[in-house]
Amino acid sequence: MYNFDFIKPETLAGAVEALAGEDAQALSGGQTLLPSMKQRLNAPATLVSLTGIAELKGVSGRAGASVTIGAATPHAVVAAEAGAFYPALADLAGGIGDPAVRNRGTIGGSLANNDPSACYPSAALASGATIKTNIREIAADDFFQGMFTTALEPGEIITGVSFPIPEKAAYAKFQQPASRFALAGVFVAKFAGGVRVAVTGASEGGVFRWTEAEAALSANFSPDAIAGMAPPAEGMIGDLHGTPEYRAHLVGVMTRRAVAAAH
Amino acid sequence: MTKVTMTVNGRSVSGEAEGRTLLSAFLRETLGLTGTHVGCDTSQCGACVVHVDGKSVKSCTMLAMDAEGASVTTIEGMANPDGSLGTLQQAFQDHHGLQCGFCTPGMVMSAAALLAVNPKPTEAEIRHHLEGNICRCTGYHNIVRAVLAASGQDVSALAAE
Ligand SMILES: Cc1cc2nc3c(=O)[nH]c(=O)nc-3n(C[C@H](O)[C@H](O)[C@H](O)COP(=O)(O)OP(=O)(O)OC[C@H]3O[C@@H](n4cnc5c(N)ncnc54)[C@H](O)[C@@H]3O)c2cc1C
Ligand code: FES
Ligand code: FES
Repeated sequence: MYNFDFIKPETLAGAVEALAGEDAQALSGGQTLLPSMKQRLNAPATLVSLTGIAELKGVSGRAGASVTIGAATPHAVVAAEAGAFYPALADLAGGIGDPAVRNRGTIGGSLANNDPSACYPSAALASGATIKTNIREIAADDFFQGMFTTALEPGEIITGVSFPIPEKAAYAKFQQPASRFALAGVFVAKFAGGVRVAVTGASEGGVFRWTEAEAALSANFSPDAIAGMAPPAEGMIGDLHGTPEYRAHLVGVMTRRAVAAAH
Repeated sequence: MTKVTMTVNGRSVSGEAEGRTLLSAFLRETLGLTGTHVGCDTSQCGACVVHVDGKSVKSCTMLAMDAEGASVTTIEGMANPDGSLGTLQQAFQDHHGLQCGFCTPGMVMSAAALLAVNPKPTEAEIRHHLEGNICRCTGYHNIVRAVLAASGQDVSALAAE
């Protein structure tokens, strides 16, 4: 890893100022950024830690309405505290990586990184969440713009994420057994106005909404409504862990499991 | 270089660190606490797990400077004050929970983090919690027995393998 300056501000304003510097980058839990810097895929001049900023941490909400998670809140805290408001979101957080990863990795880092196999982007997209930054609010439908690409501008900091709470929801993940990332993961959320289905792990384009399944499930929220259905294999990731056809098939299976498990 | 100060195994310690100095390197090279092992250095194996403010973390994936002011516990802090093995360490020895011992510091620290919040975990809970700790020798079975035994539970139900 190349060397860099390390800054740990205590306020959001301090972080915004530090990130305006040349080649400065935000560091949250470091569970993605530090491994990529070790591989020299990334070599910022300055790292600005967000984990000392109290206003970026915590879980708050109103039962049945919404829950807001501070960007620097670790997965373990979401797993422990979000369940009272949004059980499916807490379940998802509790299944990310392993306990040590969950103690450091954060929701803001996961969304900003938009890894095509990451779990949180599917929850944000399926829930129709709002991503809040230091300058604006971005709807999840506009935030994710393909593998490792988001609507964030350089130096823009995610401060928190607000999730509307569905009537029922669940996340079903088929783990890649070595990395524990999703080989295919599907988050299903049933709202009064319809069902949203977001798929991670599978597509070359990153997280996406499977609209065909949404229409079928909005008419009849049951695994039977999508029996035998799968998205097209074209555009799915093909690698040593699975072919595009395998991933497309898994998406159908995981969607049915998520519908069956929704609570 | 910047001076970093933290509490390690109950003692206040300071040392010089660069921005890129990992907590694992600070513990091993600056403080000489080589009980914390670095297996993969890619955040996968869990050999480097220590506790930071009571939570298990991979010390190869945390910056030393980010641990400024924190309270850190390493495997060296798990022994009894007289130097004899702590309960969990002794259980690993009694139940053959280690062979080469490379993964053991991380296994013990992860297991200790589990027992701190769940004093009597089930076999399934232990296996789930140790998912991020990789062992190339034991086949895990005796590690699970050791953790069950350390939590005061009967291990005879778990068939010997
Ligand atoms: C062994 C292992 C297993 C894992 N398994 C899974 C899994 O199953 N599912 C899963 O989803 N993830 C998994 N992860 C990834 C993990 O969840 C990461 O923690 C997460 O993706 C990134 O969060 P972080 O806080 O560590 O971010 P960092 O690594 O600190 O940062 C990641 C990126 O986001 C930027 N960033 C961070 N915070 C902000 C912010 N607030 N505003 C703007 N930009 C920001 C950084 O500049 C950087 O570019 C795994 C990681 C490991 C090491
Ligand atoms: S050395 Fe840190 S996880 Fe392997
Ligand atoms: S005892 Fe050798 S790696 Fe676990």
